[in-house]
Amino acid sequence: MGSLVGILGYRRGAIPGFGITLGTTLMWLGLIVLIPLAALFLKTTELSFEQFIAVITSRRTQHALMLSFGLSFAAALANLVFGPMVAWALVRYHFPGRRLLDAIVDIPFALPTAVAGIALTTLYAESGWIGRVLASFGIKVAFTPLGILVALIFIGLPFVVRTVQPVLEEIDGELEEAAASLGAGRWMTVRRIVFPTILPALLTGFTLAFARAVGEYGSVIFIAGNLPNYSEIAPLLIVIRLQEFRYADAAAIAVVMLIASFLFLFVINGLQRWSELRTGTRQ
Amino acid sequence: MSTMPVAYRNQAMPIAASKRPASAPGVVKQQTFGRVDARSDPAWVRMLVIASAAIFLGLFIVLPLVCVFTQAFAKGVDAYFAAIRNPDTLSAIQLTLIVAAISLVANVVFGLIGAWAIAKFEFVGKNLLITLIELPFSVSPVIAGLVFVLLFGLQGYFGSWLVAHNIKIIFALPGIVLATIFVTFPFVIRELIPLMQQQGTEEEEAALSLGASGLKTFFRVTLPNVKWALLYGVLLCNARAMGEFGAVSVVSGHVRGETNTMPLHVEVLYDSYQFQAAFAVASLLALLALVTLVIKAVLETRLMEE
Repeated sequence: MGSLVGILGYRRGAIPGFGITLGTTLMWLGLIVLIPLAALFLKTTELSFEQFIAVITSRRTQHALMLSFGLSFAAALANLVFGPMVAWALVRYHFPGRRLLDAIVDIPFALPTAVAGIALTTLYAESGWIGRVLASFGIKVAFTPLGILVALIFIGLPFVVRTVQPVLEEIDGELEEAAASLGAGRWMTVRRIVFPTILPALLTGFTLAFARAVGEYGSVIFIAGNLPNYSEIAPLLIVIRLQEFRYADAAAIAVVMLIASFLFLFVINGLQRWSELRTGTRQ
Repeated sequence: MSTMPVAYRNQAMPIAASKRPASAPGVVKQQTFGRVDARSDPAWVRMLVIASAAIFLGLFIVLPLVCVFTQAFAKGVDAYFAAIRNPDTLSAIQLTLIVAAISLVANVVFGLIGAWAIAKFEFVGKNLLITLIELPFSVSPVIAGLVFVLLFGLQGYFGSWLVAHNIKIIFALPGIVLATIFVTFPFVIRELIPLMQQQGTEEEEAALSLGASGLKTFFRVTLPNVKWALLYGVLLCNARAMGEFGAVSVVSGHVRGETNTMPLHVEVLYDSYQFQAAFAVASLLALLALVTLVIKAVLETRLMEE
Protein backbone atom coordinates (compact mmCIF):
# COMPACT_ATOMS: atom_id res chain seq x y z
CA MET A 1 0.00 0.00 0.00
CA GLY A 2 2.88 2.34 0.85
CA SER A 3 4.02 3.12 -2.67
CA LEU A 4 0.45 3.47 -3.85
CA VAL A 5 -0.16 6.03 -1.11
CA GLY A 6 2.89 7.93 -2.34
CA ILE A 7 1.47 8.11 -5.84
CA LEU A 8 -2.16 8.82 -4.98
CA GLY A 9 -2.13 10.84 -1.78
CA TYR A 10 -1.57 14.56 -1.92
CA ARG A 11 -2.20 15.91 1.54
CA ARG A 12 0.36 13.88 3.44
CA GLY A 13 1.98 15.90 6.14
CA ALA A 14 0.06 16.76 9.24
CA ILE A 15 -2.96 14.43 9.15
CA PRO A 16 -2.01 10.79 9.77
CA GLY A 17 -3.65 7.52 8.79
CA PHE A 18 -4.25 7.91 5.04
CA GLY A 19 -2.82 4.52 4.02
CA ILE A 20 -4.48 2.48 6.72
CA THR A 21 -7.93 4.11 6.49
CA LEU A 22 -8.07 4.03 2.68
CA GLY A 23 -6.74 0.47 2.64
CA THR A 24 -9.34 -0.67 5.18
CA THR A 25 -12.11 1.08 3.28
CA LEU A 26 -11.15 -0.53 -0.03
CA MET A 27 -10.89 -3.95 1.59
CA TRP A 28 -14.28 -3.62 3.31
CA LEU A 29 -15.95 -2.29 0.13
CA GLY A 30 -14.40 -5.14 -1.82
CA LEU A 31 -15.50 -7.84 0.61
CA ILE A 32 -19.07 -6.65 1.15
CA VAL A 33 -20.02 -5.07 -2.18
CA LEU A 34 -17.60 -5.53 -5.07
CA ILE A 35 -16.59 -9.20 -4.81
CA PRO A 36 -20.19 -10.36 -4.25
CA LEU A 37 -21.36 -8.29 -7.25
CA ALA A 38 -18.48 -9.68 -9.32
CA ALA A 39 -19.65 -13.19 -8.38
CA LEU A 40 -23.00 -12.32 -9.92
CA PHE A 41 -21.41 -11.54 -13.28
CA LEU A 42 -19.08 -14.54 -13.00
CA LYS A 43 -22.02 -16.86 -12.41
CA THR A 44 -23.65 -15.88 -15.71
CA THR A 45 -20.51 -17.06 -17.56
CA GLU A 46 -21.56 -20.60 -16.65
CA LEU A 47 -24.25 -20.17 -19.28
CA SER A 48 -23.29 -20.28 -22.94
CA PHE A 49 -24.24 -17.17 -24.92
CA GLU A 50 -27.21 -19.01 -26.44
CA GLN A 51 -28.37 -20.19 -23.02
CA PHE A 52 -28.06 -16.66 -21.62
CA ILE A 53 -30.17 -15.27 -24.48
CA ALA A 54 -32.67 -18.10 -24.03
CA VAL A 55 -33.06 -17.29 -20.32
CA ILE A 56 -33.55 -13.57 -20.73
CA THR A 57 -35.79 -13.81 -23.79
CA SER A 58 -38.07 -16.50 -22.41
CA ARG A 59 -41.67 -15.33 -22.30
CA ARG A 60 -41.82 -15.40 -18.52
CA THR A 61 -38.59 -13.41 -18.02
CA GLN A 62 -39.52 -10.89 -20.70
CA HIS A 63 -42.90 -10.34 -19.13
CA ALA A 64 -41.43 -9.93 -15.64
CA LEU A 65 -38.81 -7.45 -16.85
CA MET A 66 -41.33 -5.44 -18.90
CA LEU A 67 -43.70 -5.37 -15.93
CA SER A 68 -41.01 -4.23 -13.47
CA PHE A 69 -39.57 -1.54 -15.72
CA GLY A 70 -42.88 -0.42 -17.23
CA LEU A 71 -44.75 -0.08 -13.93
CA SER A 72 -41.74 1.57 -12.26
CA PHE A 73 -41.72 4.12 -15.08
CA ALA A 74 -45.47 4.69 -14.74
CA ALA A 75 -45.23 5.01 -10.95
CA ALA A 76 -42.36 7.51 -11.22
CA LEU A 77 -44.40 9.49 -13.77
CA ALA A 78 -47.38 9.53 -11.41
CA ASN A 79 -45.11 10.83 -8.67
CA LEU A 80 -43.98 13.60 -11.04
CA VAL A 81 -47.58 14.83 -10.76
CA PHE A 82 -48.24 14.13 -7.07
CA GLY A 83 -44.72 14.97 -5.83
CA PRO A 84 -44.49 18.60 -7.00
CA MET A 85 -48.10 19.17 -5.96
CA VAL A 86 -47.34 18.07 -2.40
CA ALA A 87 -44.03 19.98 -2.39
CA TRP A 88 -45.77 23.13 -3.65
CA ALA A 89 -48.42 22.95 -0.92
CA LEU A 90 -45.73 22.41 1.74
CA VAL A 91 -43.41 25.20 0.56
CA ARG A 92 -45.73 27.93 -0.70
CA TYR A 93 -48.79 27.78 1.50
CA HIS A 94 -49.28 28.24 5.19
CA PHE A 95 -52.13 26.18 6.56
CA PRO A 96 -52.97 24.31 9.74
CA GLY A 97 -51.41 20.84 9.77
CA ARG A 98 -48.66 21.71 7.31
CA ARG A 99 -45.87 20.44 9.59
CA LEU A 100 -47.77 17.18 10.09
CA LEU A 101 -48.26 16.75 6.33
CA ASP A 102 -44.56 17.42 5.87
CA ALA A 103 -43.68 14.65 8.35
CA ILE A 104 -46.11 12.21 6.71
CA VAL A 105 -44.18 12.40 3.43
CA ASP A 106 -41.26 10.49 5.00
CA ILE A 107 -43.35 7.51 6.15
CA PRO A 108 -42.75 5.37 3.02
CA PHE A 109 -38.99 5.85 3.61
CA ALA A 110 -39.20 4.64 7.18
CA LEU A 111 -41.93 2.01 7.08
CA PRO A 112 -40.51 -1.50 6.45
CA THR A 113 -41.59 -2.68 3.01
CA ALA A 114 -43.28 -5.86 4.25
CA VAL A 115 -45.49 -3.78 6.55
CA ALA A 116 -46.43 -1.46 3.69
CA GLY A 117 -47.08 -4.54 1.54
CA ILE A 118 -49.57 -6.26 3.84
CA ALA A 119 -51.28 -2.96 4.73
CA LEU A 120 -51.78 -1.94 1.09
CA THR A 121 -53.01 -5.43 0.22
CA THR A 122 -55.58 -5.38 3.03
CA LEU A 123 -56.76 -1.89 2.02
CA TYR A 124 -57.09 -2.64 -1.69
CA ALA A 125 -58.43 -6.20 -1.48
CA GLU A 126 -62.07 -6.44 -2.49
CA SER A 127 -63.13 -6.55 1.17
CA GLY A 128 -60.77 -3.70 2.15
CA TRP A 129 -61.64 -0.07 2.92
CA ILE A 130 -60.55 1.25 -0.47
CA GLY A 131 -60.95 -1.95 -2.47
CA ARG A 132 -64.64 -2.15 -1.56
CA VAL A 133 -65.30 1.32 -2.97
CA LEU A 134 -63.31 0.65 -6.14
CA ALA A 135 -64.97 -2.74 -6.60
CA SER A 136 -68.36 -1.03 -6.80
CA PHE A 137 -67.01 0.76 -9.89
CA GLY A 138 -65.73 -2.56 -11.22
CA ILE A 139 -62.07 -1.71 -10.58
CA LYS A 140 -59.87 -4.46 -9.17
CA VAL A 141 -56.56 -3.31 -7.68
CA ALA A 142 -55.16 -5.98 -5.36
CA PHE A 143 -53.67 -9.02 -7.15
CA THR A 144 -53.48 -7.17 -10.48
CA PRO A 145 -50.71 -5.06 -12.07
CA LEU A 146 -52.67 -2.00 -10.88
CA GLY A 147 -51.92 -3.09 -7.31
CA ILE A 148 -48.20 -3.18 -8.11
CA LEU A 149 -48.52 0.37 -9.45
CA VAL A 150 -50.14 1.53 -6.20
CA ALA A 151 -47.30 0.02 -4.13
CA LEU A 152 -44.64 1.59 -6.37
CA ILE A 153 -46.27 5.04 -6.18
CA PHE A 154 -46.33 4.66 -2.39
CA ILE A 155 -42.61 3.92 -2.06
CA GLY A 156 -41.53 6.45 -4.71
CA LEU A 157 -43.37 9.55 -3.48
CA PRO A 158 -40.86 10.82 -0.89
CA PHE A 159 -38.01 10.70 -3.42
CA VAL A 160 -39.72 13.25 -5.69
CA VAL A 161 -41.07 15.48 -2.89
CA ARG A 162 -37.75 15.60 -1.03
CA THR A 163 -35.69 16.51 -4.12
CA VAL A 164 -38.12 19.19 -5.38
CA GLN A 165 -38.89 20.77 -2.00
CA PRO A 166 -35.48 22.39 -1.28
CA VAL A 167 -35.29 23.81 -4.82
CA LEU A 168 -38.75 25.35 -4.50
CA GLU A 169 -37.68 26.89 -1.19
CA GLU A 170 -34.61 28.44 -2.79
CA ILE A 171 -36.32 29.96 -5.84
CA ASP A 172 -35.54 33.63 -6.15
CA GLY A 173 -38.79 35.50 -5.51
CA GLU A 174 -37.59 38.51 -7.47
CA LEU A 175 -37.67 36.55 -10.72
CA GLU A 176 -41.31 35.72 -10.22
CA GLU A 177 -42.11 39.30 -9.26
CA ALA A 178 -40.26 40.63 -12.27
CA ALA A 179 -42.23 38.29 -14.52
CA ALA A 180 -45.48 39.38 -12.94
CA SER A 181 -44.61 43.07 -13.17
CA LEU A 182 -43.85 42.58 -16.86
CA GLY A 183 -47.41 41.38 -17.29
CA ALA A 184 -47.04 37.62 -17.11
CA GLY A 185 -50.06 35.88 -15.66
CA ARG A 186 -49.60 33.57 -12.69
CA TRP A 187 -49.77 30.45 -14.83
CA MET A 188 -47.19 31.83 -17.29
CA THR A 189 -44.85 32.74 -14.41
CA VAL A 190 -45.08 29.22 -13.04
CA ARG A 191 -44.60 27.68 -16.46
CA ARG A 192 -41.72 29.91 -17.59
CA ILE A 193 -39.91 30.68 -14.32
CA VAL A 194 -40.72 28.03 -11.71
CA PHE A 195 -40.93 24.95 -13.90
CA PRO A 196 -37.53 25.31 -15.64
CA THR A 197 -35.89 25.96 -12.26
CA ILE A 198 -37.22 22.78 -10.67
CA LEU A 199 -36.83 20.64 -13.82
CA PRO A 200 -33.39 19.19 -12.89
CA ALA A 201 -34.69 18.32 -9.42
CA LEU A 202 -37.78 16.72 -10.98
CA LEU A 203 -35.54 14.55 -13.14
CA THR A 204 -33.42 13.56 -10.13
CA GLY A 205 -36.52 12.68 -8.13
CA PHE A 206 -37.92 10.73 -11.05
CA THR A 207 -34.68 8.75 -11.37
CA LEU A 208 -34.49 7.95 -7.66
CA ALA A 209 -38.13 6.86 -7.54
CA PHE A 210 -37.70 4.76 -10.68
CA ALA A 211 -34.48 3.09 -9.50
CA ARG A 212 -36.06 2.23 -6.17
CA ALA A 213 -39.21 0.88 -7.82
CA VAL A 214 -37.41 -1.40 -10.28
CA GLY A 215 -35.75 -3.35 -7.48
CA GLU A 216 -38.66 -3.16 -5.03
CA TYR A 217 -39.76 -6.48 -3.59
CA GLY A 218 -41.33 -6.34 -0.12
CA SER A 219 -44.17 -3.92 -0.71
CA VAL A 220 -45.04 -5.47 -4.09
CA ILE A 221 -45.16 -9.23 -3.63
CA PHE A 222 -48.13 -9.18 -1.25
CA ILE A 223 -50.38 -7.03 -3.42
CA ALA A 224 -49.24 -8.40 -6.79
CA GLY A 225 -50.83 -11.85 -6.70
CA ASN A 226 -47.69 -13.06 -8.48
CA LEU A 227 -49.24 -14.83 -11.45
CA PRO A 228 -46.56 -15.71 -14.03
CA ASN A 229 -46.93 -13.69 -17.26
CA TYR A 230 -49.46 -11.43 -15.56
CA SER A 231 -48.36 -9.88 -12.27
CA GLU A 232 -44.96 -11.45 -11.56
CA ILE A 233 -42.17 -8.87 -11.10
CA ALA A 234 -38.53 -9.49 -12.06
CA PRO A 235 -37.14 -9.56 -8.48
CA LEU A 236 -39.68 -12.25 -7.59
CA LEU A 237 -38.69 -14.31 -10.63
CA ILE A 238 -35.08 -14.16 -9.39
CA VAL A 239 -36.21 -15.53 -6.02
CA ILE A 240 -38.21 -18.31 -7.72
CA ARG A 241 -35.22 -19.35 -9.86
CA LEU A 242 -33.05 -19.45 -6.73
CA GLN A 243 -35.56 -21.69 -4.97
CA GLU A 244 -35.40 -24.01 -7.99
CA PHE A 245 -31.58 -24.00 -7.61
CA ARG A 246 -31.27 -22.46 -11.09
CA TYR A 247 -28.54 -20.09 -9.82
CA ALA A 248 -27.16 -19.13 -13.23
CA ASP A 249 -30.64 -18.28 -14.54
CA ALA A 250 -31.27 -16.12 -11.48
CA ALA A 251 -27.92 -14.38 -11.99
CA ALA A 252 -28.70 -13.76 -15.68
CA ILE A 253 -31.98 -11.99 -14.85
CA ALA A 254 -30.23 -10.00 -12.11
CA VAL A 255 -27.46 -8.92 -14.50
CA VAL A 256 -30.00 -7.71 -17.07
CA MET A 257 -31.82 -5.75 -14.35
CA LEU A 258 -28.61 -4.16 -13.09
CA ILE A 259 -27.36 -3.19 -16.55
CA ALA A 260 -30.74 -1.82 -17.62
CA SER A 261 -30.98 0.24 -14.42
CA PHE A 262 -27.48 1.66 -14.87
CA LEU A 263 -28.14 2.53 -18.52
CA PHE A 264 -31.32 4.29 -17.46
CA LEU A 265 -29.53 6.21 -14.69
CA PHE A 266 -26.85 7.17 -17.19
CA VAL A 267 -29.38 8.56 -19.70
CA ILE A 268 -31.28 10.50 -17.02
CA ASN A 269 -27.99 11.86 -15.70
CA GLY A 270 -27.24 13.20 -19.19
CA LEU A 271 -30.74 14.68 -19.49
CA GLN A 272 -30.33 16.33 -16.13
CA ARG A 273 -27.00 17.88 -17.09
CA TRP A 274 -28.60 19.13 -20.31
CA SER A 275 -31.51 20.75 -18.45
CA GLU A 276 -29.15 22.31 -15.92
CA LEU A 277 -27.03 23.82 -18.70
CA ARG A 278 -30.13 25.01 -20.50
CA THR A 279 -31.57 26.74 -17.47
CA GLY A 280 -28.21 27.92 -16.17
CA THR A 281 -28.69 26.28 -12.80
CA ARG A 282 -25.46 24.30 -13.09
CA GLN A 283 -22.64 25.60 -10.93
CA MET B 1 -38.06 42.87 -2.85
CA SER B 2 -41.35 43.23 -1.01
CA THR B 3 -41.33 41.89 2.52
CA MET B 4 -44.22 39.54 2.04
CA PRO B 5 -42.49 36.76 0.18
CA VAL B 6 -39.93 36.69 2.99
CA ALA B 7 -42.72 36.09 5.45
CA TYR B 8 -43.94 33.30 3.25
CA ARG B 9 -40.57 31.72 3.07
CA ASN B 10 -40.08 31.90 6.80
CA GLN B 11 -43.19 29.86 7.25
CA ALA B 12 -42.12 27.45 4.58
CA MET B 13 -38.76 26.66 6.12
CA PRO B 14 -39.24 25.33 9.62
CA ILE B 15 -35.59 24.40 10.03
CA ALA B 16 -34.00 27.58 8.84
CA ALA B 17 -36.71 29.83 10.23
CA SER B 18 -34.93 30.38 13.53
CA LYS B 19 -31.85 31.64 11.68
CA ARG B 20 -33.74 34.26 9.69
CA PRO B 21 -34.73 37.58 11.18
CA ALA B 22 -38.27 37.50 12.45
CA SER B 23 -40.60 39.33 10.11
CA ALA B 24 -42.33 42.43 11.37
CA PRO B 25 -45.86 41.81 12.67
CA GLY B 26 -47.25 44.30 10.15
CA VAL B 27 -46.13 42.07 7.31
CA VAL B 28 -48.35 39.24 8.40
CA LYS B 29 -51.29 41.64 8.66
CA GLN B 30 -51.02 42.55 5.00
CA GLN B 31 -51.53 38.93 4.19
CA THR B 32 -54.82 38.78 6.03
CA PHE B 33 -56.11 41.72 3.99
CA GLY B 34 -55.82 39.45 1.00
CA ARG B 35 -53.27 41.53 -0.88
CA VAL B 36 -52.35 39.66 -4.04
CA ASP B 37 -48.70 39.76 -5.00
CA ALA B 38 -46.62 38.07 -7.64
CA ARG B 39 -45.85 34.96 -5.64
CA SER B 40 -49.25 34.11 -4.24
CA ASP B 41 -51.78 32.00 -6.07
CA PRO B 42 -55.53 32.71 -6.22
CA ALA B 43 -57.40 31.40 -3.18
CA TRP B 44 -59.20 28.69 -5.15
CA VAL B 45 -55.87 27.35 -6.47
CA ARG B 46 -54.45 27.35 -2.96
CA MET B 47 -57.46 25.46 -1.61
CA LEU B 48 -57.39 22.99 -4.47
CA VAL B 49 -53.68 22.20 -4.13
CA ILE B 50 -53.78 21.89 -0.34
CA ALA B 51 -56.90 19.72 -0.46
CA SER B 52 -55.48 17.46 -3.19
CA ALA B 53 -52.17 17.08 -1.37
CA ALA B 54 -53.92 16.29 1.92
CA ILE B 55 -56.33 13.81 0.32
CA PHE B 56 -53.54 12.13 -1.64
CA LEU B 57 -51.26 11.77 1.41
CA GLY B 58 -54.19 10.68 3.54
CA LEU B 59 -55.34 7.95 1.17
CA PHE B 60 -51.94 6.74 0.04
CA ILE B 61 -49.83 7.01 3.19
CA VAL B 62 -51.85 7.61 6.35
CA LEU B 63 -54.57 5.06 5.64
CA PRO B 64 -52.13 2.10 5.28
CA LEU B 65 -50.60 3.10 8.63
CA VAL B 66 -54.02 3.31 10.28
CA CYS B 67 -54.85 -0.05 8.71
CA VAL B 68 -51.82 -1.67 10.38
CA PHE B 69 -52.94 -0.66 13.86
CA THR B 70 -56.67 -1.36 13.42
CA GLN B 71 -55.93 -4.84 12.05
CA ALA B 72 -53.44 -5.49 14.85
CA PHE B 73 -56.12 -4.74 17.46
CA ALA B 74 -58.99 -6.25 15.44
CA LYS B 75 -59.41 -9.10 17.93
CA GLY B 76 -58.82 -7.01 21.01
CA VAL B 77 -55.91 -6.11 23.24
CA ASP B 78 -55.47 -9.62 24.63
CA ALA B 79 -55.07 -11.16 21.18
CA TYR B 80 -52.59 -8.42 20.31
CA PHE B 81 -50.31 -9.16 23.25
CA ALA B 82 -50.77 -12.90 22.80
CA ALA B 83 -49.42 -12.54 19.26
CA ILE B 84 -46.44 -10.57 20.48
CA ARG B 85 -45.68 -12.90 23.39
CA ASN B 86 -45.67 -15.89 21.04
CA PRO B 87 -42.23 -17.60 21.29
CA ASP B 88 -41.68 -17.40 17.51
CA THR B 89 -42.39 -13.66 17.59
CA LEU B 90 -40.05 -13.13 20.53
CA SER B 91 -37.26 -15.02 18.80
CA ALA B 92 -37.86 -12.94 15.63
CA ILE B 93 -37.57 -9.75 17.70
CA GLN B 94 -34.38 -11.06 19.29
CA LEU B 95 -32.84 -11.98 15.91
CA THR B 96 -33.78 -8.58 14.46
CA LEU B 97 -32.11 -6.80 17.37
CA ILE B 98 -28.93 -8.91 17.03
CA VAL B 99 -28.69 -8.40 13.26
CA ALA B 100 -29.30 -4.65 13.55
CA ALA B 101 -26.73 -4.32 16.35
CA ILE B 102 -23.99 -6.12 14.39
CA SER B 103 -24.75 -4.16 11.20
CA LEU B 104 -24.73 -0.88 13.10
CA VAL B 105 -21.37 -1.53 14.76
CA ALA B 106 -19.85 -2.56 11.40
CA ASN B 107 -21.28 0.46 9.60
CA VAL B 108 -20.18 2.90 12.30
CA VAL B 109 -16.61 1.56 12.50
CA PHE B 110 -16.07 1.32 8.75
CA GLY B 111 -18.10 4.47 8.10
CA LEU B 112 -15.82 6.52 10.34
CA ILE B 113 -12.69 4.96 8.84
CA GLY B 114 -13.92 5.51 5.28
CA ALA B 115 -15.10 9.06 5.93
CA TRP B 116 -11.68 9.88 7.44
CA ALA B 117 -9.88 8.65 4.31
CA ILE B 118 -12.29 10.38 1.91
CA ALA B 119 -12.89 13.66 3.74
CA LYS B 120 -9.46 14.43 5.16
CA PHE B 121 -7.28 13.57 2.15
CA GLU B 122 -7.14 14.34 -1.55
CA PHE B 123 -6.52 11.37 -3.83
CA VAL B 124 -7.11 10.16 -7.37
CA GLY B 125 -10.36 8.26 -7.88
CA LYS B 126 -12.15 9.71 -4.87
CA ASN B 127 -15.38 10.32 -6.79
CA LEU B 128 -15.33 6.78 -8.14
CA LEU B 129 -14.88 5.47 -4.60
CA ILE B 130 -17.88 7.51 -3.37
CA THR B 131 -19.97 6.22 -6.29
CA LEU B 132 -19.03 2.63 -5.45
CA ILE B 133 -19.89 3.17 -1.78
CA GLU B 134 -23.36 4.41 -2.80
CA LEU B 135 -23.80 1.54 -5.28
CA PRO B 136 -25.91 -0.61 -2.90
CA PHE B 137 -28.62 2.09 -3.07
CA SER B 138 -29.29 1.24 -6.70
CA VAL B 139 -29.10 -2.54 -6.35
CA SER B 140 -32.34 -4.42 -5.76
CA PRO B 141 -32.50 -5.94 -2.26
CA VAL B 142 -33.22 -9.29 -3.88
CA ILE B 143 -29.95 -9.06 -5.84
CA ALA B 144 -28.18 -8.09 -2.61
CA GLY B 145 -29.32 -11.39 -1.13
CA LEU B 146 -28.69 -13.32 -4.34
CA VAL B 147 -24.97 -12.42 -4.52
CA PHE B 148 -24.34 -14.01 -1.12
CA VAL B 149 -26.24 -17.15 -2.09
CA LEU B 150 -24.05 -17.37 -5.20
CA LEU B 151 -20.95 -17.15 -2.99
CA PHE B 152 -21.93 -19.18 0.06
CA GLY B 153 -25.03 -21.19 -0.93
CA LEU B 154 -24.94 -24.98 -1.26
CA GLN B 155 -24.18 -24.72 -4.97
CA GLY B 156 -22.29 -21.45 -4.58
CA TYR B 157 -18.58 -20.82 -5.15
CA PHE B 158 -17.59 -21.60 -1.55
CA GLY B 159 -20.55 -23.94 -0.88
CA SER B 160 -18.77 -27.29 -0.77
CA TRP B 161 -15.82 -25.87 1.19
CA LEU B 162 -18.22 -24.46 3.80
CA VAL B 163 -20.06 -27.78 4.06
CA ALA B 164 -16.76 -29.66 4.46
CA HIS B 165 -15.77 -27.32 7.29
CA ASN B 166 -19.26 -27.36 8.79
CA ILE B 167 -19.73 -23.60 8.50
CA LYS B 168 -23.23 -22.29 7.84
CA ILE B 169 -23.63 -18.84 6.28
CA ILE B 170 -26.72 -19.02 4.10
CA PHE B 171 -29.94 -19.88 5.98
CA ALA B 172 -28.13 -18.75 9.13
CA LEU B 173 -27.18 -15.61 11.06
CA PRO B 174 -23.97 -14.74 9.13
CA GLY B 175 -25.83 -14.60 5.80
CA ILE B 176 -28.57 -12.40 7.25
CA VAL B 177 -25.94 -10.07 8.71
CA LEU B 178 -23.97 -9.92 5.43
CA ALA B 179 -27.08 -9.12 3.38
CA THR B 180 -28.14 -6.46 5.89
CA ILE B 181 -24.68 -4.83 5.87
CA PHE B 182 -24.78 -4.80 2.05
CA VAL B 183 -28.09 -2.91 1.85
CA THR B 184 -27.18 -0.50 4.67
CA PHE B 185 -23.61 0.03 3.44
CA PRO B 186 -23.95 3.73 2.44
CA PHE B 187 -26.19 4.90 5.30
CA VAL B 188 -23.66 6.02 7.93
CA ILE B 189 -20.73 7.04 5.73
CA ARG B 190 -22.79 9.28 3.44
CA GLU B 191 -23.88 11.40 6.42
CA LEU B 192 -20.29 11.75 7.61
CA ILE B 193 -18.40 12.57 4.38
CA PRO B 194 -20.00 15.95 3.48
CA LEU B 195 -19.82 17.23 7.05
CA MET B 196 -16.21 16.15 7.59
CA GLN B 197 -15.22 17.65 4.23
CA GLN B 198 -16.87 20.91 5.18
CA GLN B 199 -15.13 20.98 8.56
CA GLY B 200 -11.71 20.63 6.93
CA THR B 201 -8.56 19.61 8.77
CA GLU B 202 -7.57 22.74 10.68
CA GLU B 203 -8.80 21.62 14.10
CA GLU B 204 -7.10 18.23 13.69
CA GLU B 205 -3.87 19.89 12.56
CA ALA B 206 -3.96 22.16 15.62
CA ALA B 207 -4.41 19.18 17.95
CA LEU B 208 -1.61 17.25 16.25
CA SER B 209 0.77 20.20 16.37
CA LEU B 210 0.10 20.45 20.10
CA GLY B 211 1.34 16.88 20.42
CA ALA B 212 -1.84 14.79 20.42
CA SER B 213 -1.56 11.40 18.76
CA GLY B 214 -3.60 10.62 15.64
CA LEU B 215 -6.07 8.42 17.53
CA LYS B 216 -6.43 10.91 20.35
CA THR B 217 -7.08 13.66 17.79
CA PHE B 218 -9.76 11.51 16.21
CA PHE B 219 -11.54 10.73 19.48
CA ARG B 220 -11.20 14.17 21.05
CA VAL B 221 -11.60 16.46 18.02
CA THR B 222 -13.12 14.75 14.99
CA LEU B 223 -15.66 12.48 16.68
CA PRO B 224 -17.28 15.18 18.86
CA ASN B 225 -17.54 17.39 15.76
CA VAL B 226 -19.57 14.84 13.83
CA LYS B 227 -21.55 13.20 16.64
CA TRP B 228 -25.00 14.39 15.49
CA ALA B 229 -24.38 13.41 11.87
CA LEU B 230 -23.15 10.03 13.09
CA LEU B 231 -26.29 9.56 15.18
CA TYR B 232 -28.41 10.59 12.20
CA GLY B 233 -26.72 7.97 10.04
CA VAL B 234 -27.10 5.35 12.79
CA LEU B 235 -30.80 6.14 13.11
CA LEU B 236 -31.54 5.71 9.39
CA CYS B 237 -29.27 2.68 9.19
CA ASN B 238 -31.06 1.07 12.13
CA ALA B 239 -34.50 1.64 10.60
CA ARG B 240 -33.41 0.01 7.36
CA ALA B 241 -31.55 -2.84 9.10
CA MET B 242 -34.54 -3.77 11.27
CA GLY B 243 -37.03 -3.43 8.42
CA GLU B 244 -35.06 -5.03 5.59
CA PHE B 245 -37.10 -7.66 3.84
CA GLY B 246 -35.99 -8.57 0.29
CA ALA B 247 -32.28 -9.19 0.88
CA VAL B 248 -32.82 -11.03 4.15
CA SER B 249 -35.68 -13.07 2.70
CA VAL B 250 -33.36 -14.53 0.05
CA VAL B 251 -30.63 -15.65 2.48
CA SER B 252 -32.70 -16.59 5.52
CA GLY B 253 -34.55 -19.76 4.55
CA HIS B 254 -37.50 -18.73 6.72
CA VAL B 255 -36.87 -21.18 9.54
CA ARG B 256 -39.51 -20.28 12.11
CA GLY B 257 -38.06 -19.46 15.50
CA GLU B 258 -34.52 -19.61 14.08
CA THR B 259 -33.79 -17.49 11.02
CA ASN B 260 -36.91 -15.34 10.84
CA THR B 261 -36.39 -11.65 11.46
CA MET B 262 -39.46 -9.54 12.29
CA PRO B 263 -40.33 -8.59 8.68
CA LEU B 264 -39.94 -12.25 7.62
CA HIS B 265 -42.09 -13.36 10.54
CA VAL B 266 -44.76 -10.90 9.37
CA GLU B 267 -44.67 -12.58 5.97
CA VAL B 268 -44.87 -16.11 7.40
CA LEU B 269 -47.84 -15.21 9.60
CA TYR B 270 -49.60 -13.38 6.77
CA ASP B 271 -49.09 -16.23 4.31
CA SER B 272 -50.56 -18.67 6.83
CA TYR B 273 -53.66 -16.46 7.12
CA GLN B 274 -52.89 -15.38 10.70
CA PHE B 275 -53.66 -11.80 9.67
CA GLN B 276 -54.19 -10.35 13.13
CA ALA B 277 -50.90 -11.78 14.42
CA ALA B 278 -49.10 -10.58 11.26
CA PHE B 279 -50.38 -7.05 11.80
CA ALA B 280 -49.53 -7.18 15.50
CA VAL B 281 -45.86 -7.84 14.65
CA ALA B 282 -46.10 -5.32 11.80
CA SER B 283 -47.40 -2.71 14.26
CA LEU B 284 -44.13 -2.98 16.20
CA LEU B 285 -42.22 -2.22 12.99
CA ALA B 286 -44.60 0.64 12.18
CA LEU B 287 -44.01 2.02 15.66
CA LEU B 288 -40.26 1.79 15.04
CA ALA B 289 -40.75 3.81 11.84
CA LEU B 290 -42.75 6.51 13.64
CA VAL B 291 -40.25 6.77 16.50
CA THR B 292 -37.44 6.96 13.91
CA LEU B 293 -39.15 9.88 12.17
CA VAL B 294 -39.64 11.76 15.45
CA ILE B 295 -35.98 11.32 16.47
CA LYS B 296 -34.95 12.26 12.92
CA ALA B 297 -36.81 15.57 13.22
CA VAL B 298 -35.03 16.29 16.51
CA LEU B 299 -31.63 15.37 15.09
CA GLU B 300 -32.18 17.56 12.02
CA THR B 301 -32.48 20.60 14.29
CA ARG B 302 -29.22 19.58 16.00
CA LEU B 303 -27.55 19.04 12.63
CA MET B 304 -28.41 22.56 11.55
CA GLU B 305 -26.45 23.76 14.58
CA GLU B 306 -23.50 21.45 13.83
